[in-house]
Amino acid sequence: MDLQTTIYLVVGASFALYIGIALWARAGSTSEFYVAGGGVGPRVNGMATAADWMSAASFISMAGLISNMGYGGGLFLMGWTGGYVLLALLLAPYLRKFGKFTVPQFIGDRFYSKSASTVAVVCLLTASLTYVIGQMTGVGVAFSRFLGVSSETGIYVGMGIVFVYAVLGGMKGITYTQVAQYVVLIFAYTVPAIFISLHLTGNPIPQLGLGGDLVGTDMSLLQKLDSIVVDLGFGEYTTTTAGSTLNMFVYTLSLMIGTAGLPHVIMRFFTVPTVAAARSSAGWALVFIAILYTTAPAVGAMAKLNLHSTVNTAVVSGGDLYAVESSIKADERPDWMKRWEKTGLLKFEDKNGDGRIQYYNDKTKNDEAKAKAEAAGWKGNELTVNPDIIVLANPEIALLPNWVIALVAAGGLAAALSTAAGLLLAISSAISHDLVKGVFNPNISEKGELMAGKIAMAVSIFVAGYLGLNPPGFAAGTVALAFGIAASSLFPAIMMGIFSKKMNKEGAIAGMLAGLSITLFYVFAHKGIFFIKGTEYLDLIGGPNPFFGITPEAFGAVGALFNFIVAFVVDKFTKEPPEHIQHLVESVRTPRGSKAVDGAH
Amino acid sequence: MDKSGEAYWKATLGLLTKILVVWFLVSFGAGILFADMLNGIHLGGYPLGFWFAQQGSIYIFVALIFIYAKKMGEIDRKFDVHEE
Repeated sequence: MDLQTTIYLVVGASFALYIGIALWARAGSTSEFYVAGGGVGPRVNGMATAADWMSAASFISMAGLISNMGYGGGLFLMGWTGGYVLLALLLAPYLRKFGKFTVPQFIGDRFYSKSASTVAVVCLLTASLTYVIGQMTGVGVAFSRFLGVSSETGIYVGMGIVFVYAVLGGMKGITYTQVAQYVVLIFAYTVPAIFISLHLTGNPIPQLGLGGDLVGTDMSLLQKLDSIVVDLGFGEYTTTTAGSTLNMFVYTLSLMIGTAGLPHVIMRFFTVPTVAAARSSAGWALVFIAILYTTAPAVGAMAKLNLHSTVNTAVVSGGDLYAVESSIKADERPDWMKRWEKTGLLKFEDKNGDGRIQYYNDKTKNDEAKAKAEAAGWKGNELTVNPDIIVLANPEIALLPNWVIALVAAGGLAAALSTAAGLLLAISSAISHDLVKGVFNPNISEKGELMAGKIAMAVSIFVAGYLGLNPPGFAAGTVALAFGIAASSLFPAIMMGIFSKKMNKEGAIAGMLAGLSITLFYVFAHKGIFFIKGTEYLDLIGGPNPFFGITPEAFGAVGALFNFIVAFVVDKFTKEPPEHIQHLVESVRTPRGSKAVDGAH
Repeated sequence: MDKSGEAYWKATLGLLTKILVVWFLVSFGAGILFADMLNGIHLGGYPLGFWFAQQGSIYIFVALIFIYAKKMGEIDRKFDVHEE
């Protein structure tokens, strides 16, 4: 069977499975629509959370980023997992005890203010909408690469599938499809990694293979990789940090706080039956996430080694990397390189006209490498590889069978679709529950609200699809923005609502607005006002990364700190929250008396 | 909040502090601030600082959440605020 047919079969079967689940798990009440009836066990919820969390970015881009960055890529690994510790300890069990449908509802009730909940709705919508654009474009990319259809068609098909199970089933349909999607994506991610680890190190477990010796030598894989990349003028793989140590520190912290503050993740913990289940469910979520996240560094490092040994024969033989015959001849390069050249994600340009491919760091500060390259007559790096192809092309690089390639296609789509569905639910529940029921029409009937929820979901899918088809110029910067907003506005407000009995509405609102504005101010200075090119105002703040060299992506933690400070100062000068709110906080802190989640305002 | 309520909250905060100290030490400590120093030690083929940043901290995070969930359950029962 040829590759294309195999891909159609595997992807088609996975879609049929999702739709089958959707038909089985239809939502008949608002409780089923928003929180899957509140009866999802901790392990099932953990698995759904993992699928919800791991997006096209985790599946497709992360290993490539690590491969490029080396040690510094650890900030994504630690940041995107460490946030679950914060979520489990500081937010999830308390919000579950509070027992309502949405995050803005907690903020509105705890700070006894419609304005507070409206600010939260705005933060939630901005964070979730920007995030969903990335997923939709990811769906388009995966379709066009693997199914040979245009990216537009891909997005329409993706919208159709999500429409069926999200509108019909709400959280209930989404939860059970996410479980299926998790299984698909984790197989797709680990199977190629196992093959490659076995091939390189003889150890089938990638996490151990990365720390193992190369087959037939007594040299460890990482030692080999270090010596090769350093010889070619790149930074040492196991020690190169992301910017300064301070930047890596703050960046990691921002991702952790942002992860814990993302509403579509928090919402998942409203679906479990008890407070105790919310605690352990966060642990299960992290177990399922860790399977992929601990595999990713192995995928990244091994792909890097494979790539170097593909273009330079001295990597395997141990000879001189700069010898003429070490670089492979361009017309003998493998087929997968030619396939990816068509997509523009991999480029080869014969700068010195010798008909061979030289892949090295031509901007190196390493004088030894520079001198060797000059002596060998190399006139600049001739191969550029987009990090995004590392995972997608990995099975091809390692010459794995067709069904593995088809599985990776289905896995990438599962990752993008499951995250998109979770985000769409967060968006539509904020609209139907917090705006329609909370603000405009409090007397709406249960049936009416369910209908409003489904309509909001359908509209959100079309908006997300439209934005995916016509990505605003800022699509690339938006995920960083989503994390920045979650970290600087939502996380501190929720945390203070639980851990400070005396925090009042004035403090919370001022804090959210302050954290949000300073983060946006810093991000926009670098990337343009609302990401419009040409409106950057770096001169105004004194050049790029003026705040202790911290990059805009890493700024969320600073925004959060600012939020806390402003909130406590304003709180000092305004009056205490009423007695009944202090009792509410006490009741949120104790598990006893937890009841089924409901939507009553 | 009554006496036992206050004691319950104090016990909770004590547990949170302990867990967060470990959380901080393995990621920001061993994975970032002291990574260079730890890289002198090897765990198989892994330099130790690199291992904490790309593997170890994740395993410890998982363990921390389950330890937290278990200990919180014990505290809940001790102060008689558990569910059911």
